[in-house]
Amino acid sequence: MQEIKNLILKDIILEWRQKYAFNGMVLYVVSTVFMCYISFKLKTNTIEPITWNTLFWIIILFSAVNSITKSFIQEKAGRQLYYYQIAKPSSIILAKIIYNFLLMIFLGFLGFLIYSIFMGNMVENIPLYLIALTLGALGFSASLTLIAGIASKSDNTSGLMAVLSFPILLPMLTMLIKLSKNAMDGLDMSVSYDEIMVISGIDLIVIALSYMLFPYLWKS
Amino acid sequence: MRKIWWKFLASGLLIYIVVFGFIGDVPRQPILNETIRNVYFHVPMWFSMMSLMISSLIYSIKYLNGGKIQDDVYAVEFANVAIVFGILGFLTGCIWGNYTWGDPLPKDPKIIAVEVGLLIYSAYFVLRGSFEDEQKKARLSAVYNIFAFASFMPLVWILPRLTDSLHPGNGGNPAFGKYDMDSSMRMVFYPAVIAWILIGVWITSLRIRLKLLNNHLQENI
Repeated sequence: MQEIKNLILKDIILEWRQKYAFNGMVLYVVSTVFMCYISFKLKTNTIEPITWNTLFWIIILFSAVNSITKSFIQEKAGRQLYYYQIAKPSSIILAKIIYNFLLMIFLGFLGFLIYSIFMGNMVENIPLYLIALTLGALGFSASLTLIAGIASKSDNTSGLMAVLSFPILLPMLTMLIKLSKNAMDGLDMSVSYDEIMVISGIDLIVIALSYMLFPYLWKS
Repeated sequence: MRKIWWKFLASGLLIYIVVFGFIGDVPRQPILNETIRNVYFHVPMWFSMMSLMISSLIYSIKYLNGGKIQDDVYAVEFANVAIVFGILGFLTGCIWGNYTWGDPLPKDPKIIAVEVGLLIYSAYFVLRGSFEDEQKKARLSAVYNIFAFASFMPLVWILPRLTDSLHPGNGGNPAFGKYDMDSSMRMVFYPAVIAWILIGVWITSLRIRLKLLNNHLQENI
């Protein structure tokens, strides 16, 4: 436990020292939202609720892929070897997942705030929407962290990252869009229990798999 | 002779299916009519794809546990042939859908699931292509294979049941087993499933032997 906590703290401190990476992610979200604002809201001044929702999730997906890609290439190979010697692989992956989860929660909530300011808020049941966002952040961070581990071993990290992660995230994404559509329509929480259960199930599977498979990745 | 009996079984069953699949009696259903014979070819494709994918998964797990490069060859070839069966199932489905649903590619969760599945396995081959070192390639692709399989399964088995689907057995439609097939069809359908799975395994075993011989040759040069 202590080891995981130290590793998370290390990641946060590292992020704080190189603020440009973090600012880059925030700017990425903001500028994407602004681009959508210019091309949708400013031109036609109408946007369908379904388009609104899907666009938001695509922004979140892309910023997730973009920010989690760096998980393992940020630090030099020598330092990774050092971690390999002092920490268990299982605590490294858990620490990375928790850290990326916090990061995604932050980016998602910030994105949602900016998005609803620029594009207008169409959500009626905001708590449910935020639940969808949290579940999505958990699933994205768990699966993308493992895939970032795989992709970081190759030369073409960012290209491979997109190819490997999009098909895997698709089932989760369709469920999330469905759940958040329920939230937009202002349906009661009890209607969406099915979706919440399925998404939590997928999240659990993904976390368990990352936990089990990461030691094999770490060896190479 | 002891080891190849199943190849005779597979080819015999296949001949039996082709003959009785086309001349056997089928119940006359509205809309389906004679196209119901496609059930001997379309459905077994998915059964064989699934069993080949599961075999690929098992060999990937085996590779991670033992680290023998031979297991990796098995996993790759099973995945390769699974893709071929997936494409065949997709095509037979398109033909069937064209005559019964009036559209080769209707909006249907199972079709989307299969398209995503083909994407996932193509990504698996892209991943393999991007590494030179054999052990590294094998280990990373085994990890991805297990991970991909686990996220592909909810897509095929859970999601279509939550939404409406044109396919039987989903979204409230009755499955084939309950109403559509009578006993004479079942006499062809079950052998068809077994035969296509065996054919898949046969093709895979040939490919594996070729690959292993190639590896062996290259080592000796």
